[in-house]
Amino acid sequence: MAVPAATQGSQESPRHSAVIRVTHWITALCFIALVVTGAEIVISHPRFYWGEAGHVHMPALFQLPIPASRGSVPTGYSFVLKDQNGWSRSLHFQSAWFVVFAGIAYAVSVLRRGYFRRHLLPESGTLSPANLGRVAMNHLRLRRPPPEEAWSYNPLQRLAYLGVVLFLFPLMIWTGLAMSPGFTAAFPFTAEVFGGQQSARTIHFFATLALLGFFFTHIAMVILAGFRSRMRSMIAGNPSKERSS
Amino acid sequence: MSPSRRKWIARGATALAGASGVAVAARLADKYGLIPPDGVGVWGPGETLTYAAQRLLGANALAREFTRDQITKPPRANGRPPQDEEFKRLEASGFTDWRLAISGMVDRPATFSIAELKSFPQRGQITHLACEEGWSYIAEWAGVPLSHVLNLVGMQPRARFVVYYSFQTRWWDSLDMADALHPQTILALGMNGAEIPVAHGGPLRLRVPRHLGYKSLKYVTRMVVTDTVKNLGKGLGGATPERGYAWYAGI
Repeated sequence: MAVPAATQGSQESPRHSAVIRVTHWITALCFIALVVTGAEIVISHPRFYWGEAGHVHMPALFQLPIPASRGSVPTGYSFVLKDQNGWSRSLHFQSAWFVVFAGIAYAVSVLRRGYFRRHLLPESGTLSPANLGRVAMNHLRLRRPPPEEAWSYNPLQRLAYLGVVLFLFPLMIWTGLAMSPGFTAAFPFTAEVFGGQQSARTIHFFATLALLGFFFTHIAMVILAGFRSRMRSMIAGNPSKERSS
Repeated sequence: MSPSRRKWIARGATALAGASGVAVAARLADKYGLIPPDGVGVWGPGETLTYAAQRLLGANALAREFTRDQITKPPRANGRPPQDEEFKRLEASGFTDWRLAISGMVDRPATFSIAELKSFPQRGQITHLACEEGWSYIAEWAGVPLSHVLNLVGMQPRARFVVYYSFQTRWWDSLDMADALHPQTILALGMNGAEIPVAHGGPLRLRVPRHLGYKSLKYVTRMVVTDTVKNLGKGLGGATPERGYAWYAGI
């Protein structure tokens, strides 16, 4: 009997394990805190550079067209915003620590349960351009996904999650640490691989934009797929009441 | 016993072990000096984790040093030099009357003139200075390693912090011993091959290259060696923590 590819080896209960649910919401809260505080920190110097060094008397790679929270930055605006860097930096780093802990718990759980192979690695044959194109077109037409996708991720979704988990989050942490004078003293290559501390800062900014792109797409897809069912899965464990344990 | 009950007992035991693990870690951290003076309150966990992690990963690591052709032109001077008459008088006389006084837990409290500091062994280093705002520059600094001066005055073994004060009395800060005795922590007298300009903290700036710029206090006049910073100001170890910034600025 032909079983739809998306349901193979799935329909296990709960849909999302307790570790995945808890680390998902810790990461979500911390991500919002990191974006807000990161924006506050950027406002104090909305100019970006490439290489090791850069300041207001040097040409910038680019400058965001926003007002600044420090009077020393020429912005073209006639006012200076309130300085929020103190608490922003403290909350930024504290949230980063919680994301790291959540990430470790997630990684251990996902690898130990074989979940990574079953649910995150795209199944063989699903990565053909035709198949990916079909899934993408369904998304772009805002077509509601088939019911079996409540139990398993589609190949495009798997690629997006892998990109976030294996590339964007590690890149954020790496480029963040590459800006730390204490950390680069112990591990100089963290900054040197990017060509310097200012390059790391610029990459940190663009990786944030990529994560924000994922964040809004993710929320849009949750709403499209069925907000109540997906939220129930990520909070209580299963998409519908009957299957909840 | 039902399987679900056994599961909950196991979860309870794990939670209990986790909680006592955190309590034991906190006591050990305190014992080995891994809790910063501002490791209290809402941001205490984050500040403590960062400080402890960086101390455990490389308390003796050297900040990156650069070559002369990497020096940033021009360097960026931040803030305004002291505007009062006394500073102008000191500047007009070439800072011959400038003194650095060291007291507290030392066997031989002493004051040093700029000329005396210049007669001590000097260290030159080309390092990166990054502001918490995000900008940075690379420059060459030259001066006396702080450890040399601390050895001269005979620091006592109980000492845990070196508190340092600026001529601008609203600014003061402190370092733990890992940073105070670190070979790159220097009382900088020169910058980019000349005397350190007043705009950059001349005649005397404490350069702490493993920290953000705000830890490299300008116009240093006084140091106090102590075993606690709890009794100074709000007990957070510096003027920047009292304004909401981290005491440990290695990140």
